[in-house]
Amino acid sequence: MTEKQLAVHCQHIGKTYQAGGQKIVALNDIKLEIALGELMMLVGPSGCGKTTLISVIAGILDQDEGSCALFGEDLQQMRSKDKLNFRARNIGFVFQAYNLLPSLTAVENVSVPLIINGVKRAVAERKAGEILELVGLGTRTKSLPAQLSGGQQQRVAIARALVHSPRLIVCDEPTSALDHETGQTVMGLLKDVALHADRALVIVTHDARIFNFADRIAKMDDGHITSVGAVNGLLG
Amino acid sequence: MNHIALKMLMGDKGKYLGIVMGLTFASLIMTQQPAIFVGLMSRSYSFISDVGLPDIWVMDPKVQFVDDIKPLQDTELYRVRGISGVQWAMPMYKGLLKARLTDGTFQTCNVIGLDDTTLIGGPPIMLSGKIEDLRRSDSVIVDIDGARDKLGKPSPTSGGKRIPLAVGDTLELNDHRAIVVGIAKVTRTFQSQPVVYTTYSRAKSYAPRERKLLSFVLVKAKPGQDIAQLTRRIRAATGLSAYSHNEFKELTYNYFMKNTGIPINFGISVALGFIVGAAVAGQTFYNFTLENLRQFGVLKAMGANNLTLLRMILLQAVLVGSIGYGLGVGLTALFGHAMRHTILAFKFPWQLLIFSGAGVSLICVFAALISIIKVIRLEPAIVFKS
Repeated sequence: MTEKQLAVHCQHIGKTYQAGGQKIVALNDIKLEIALGELMMLVGPSGCGKTTLISVIAGILDQDEGSCALFGEDLQQMRSKDKLNFRARNIGFVFQAYNLLPSLTAVENVSVPLIINGVKRAVAERKAGEILELVGLGTRTKSLPAQLSGGQQQRVAIARALVHSPRLIVCDEPTSALDHETGQTVMGLLKDVALHADRALVIVTHDARIFNFADRIAKMDDGHITSVGAVNGLLG
Repeated sequence: MNHIALKMLMGDKGKYLGIVMGLTFASLIMTQQPAIFVGLMSRSYSFISDVGLPDIWVMDPKVQFVDDIKPLQDTELYRVRGISGVQWAMPMYKGLLKARLTDGTFQTCNVIGLDDTTLIGGPPIMLSGKIEDLRRSDSVIVDIDGARDKLGKPSPTSGGKRIPLAVGDTLELNDHRAIVVGIAKVTRTFQSQPVVYTTYSRAKSYAPRERKLLSFVLVKAKPGQDIAQLTRRIRAATGLSAYSHNEFKELTYNYFMKNTGIPINFGISVALGFIVGAAVAGQTFYNFTLENLRQFGVLKAMGANNLTLLRMILLQAVLVGSIGYGLGVGLTALFGHAMRHTILAFKFPWQLLIFSGAGVSLICVFAALISIIKVIRLEPAIVFKS
């Protein structure tokens, strides 16, 4: 796989935290490649470093060692402003707790990434409405997050992650707050709507019921990636 | 991003109102208390303000403020009249005399004696009667507050309201008969005694026998005459103190500022209001930011830069600041309006608007600053914490 075809290329990533005077190694010599068009899941027990790794991949946390390139660009080498712009254009986020702005309607929440990218509000909201239609929430565009169910809120979050057509979508436990059926629907939506040849998806999850949606799974433990492979090969 | 900032602010109505109310309270206390202070301090020189016609007040050099009377000899009046640049100079008596009321009780009155011919220095507003009526024998004019209250006649029924003194009623001033020929409206002063106007010669007859009875010489400068130069000339020629209208007000004001506890008491009140307002509004605003930290983190993770977030917080601070300030100032104005007919001293000059505006701005800047620091230091990775 050439560098150009890779969405994510992490080499020898290391990250250490200081807590109570003690050094905690969160990531240790991580090597990971995620191709465009691939849905990669990061799995492992709590505290194994999944969230730290996803934060490094998304460019919102700097690693102490190694390099991590997104679409061939090393974010750590970028100036802060360029990194922000890169993130605003190329990365979409889906969070465990949805993290929708509670005082904004669904359509306003979805339009936020476009507004951050300098798109005018009216245009952004029109496009946000189209994406909400795509995720099956065309009739709830004016609803506040509190007026939506968990599954609907997560669909709004997916719409928000997609609206600016990013090349990488980073999802943190997207189904952990949802029941099985809704979780399957949300994953189906992510796979169908979010994933295509020019985009990669990285999903951190504990939820074994959604492993079958992954193209590959990277198992983590104690700051290391212990194995990477296809779902059947790894779990079967 | 402005509409997002505003929606974030107003989304939680309880907190939004809490911040606005904190700032309203701060703004109210920062305008209402100083307005009372200004009102009270302006009472210290209100007698000078009421006597608007003369340009210069001449008095004994030891006089420290308007009620600190150190009498002069009548001959000083003629010395002042002889100075070049003086258009006219008139005598004024000001002193405390005892009045005997119809029920036999005594009341100390602030008696003002005006030049017999011109009656210069008389009350600013006549409510009944005419100032010229002072030319009638034994006549006096009484201020309305004194007439209603301290000089009022006792009620025929026990515990009833006093009957206000009216034109035609009589008093005894130091055993001299005085007939009320007018009721006047004067600006309240620090002294709570009723004000009684009469002529200079009659005032002298009421006053206990003293060698010197002239309190002030009121001077009008000739047209085009430089007031500062004329005061200097009067001082040089007579050895007396001469102050322009504003200088005499300032002298009186400064005396009260330096020698009474009023400024420090009100200063403490205003400072306390500022601190409480700052603490309430600052704390609420900071808490609001803290509670929205995750939302700011989400925006930061999605690529919003610090400048954008800073603008959002500033917009929120400016909005709550403006609303709180407007409400506080409005409440102060309403308070002043409601109290306009009471004894309460209240004066609300435009400078107070600037003062409280600066105070509220300071609170908002402070609250926004600590919030901004928190947001700028925020690690966007916070968004992945559940």
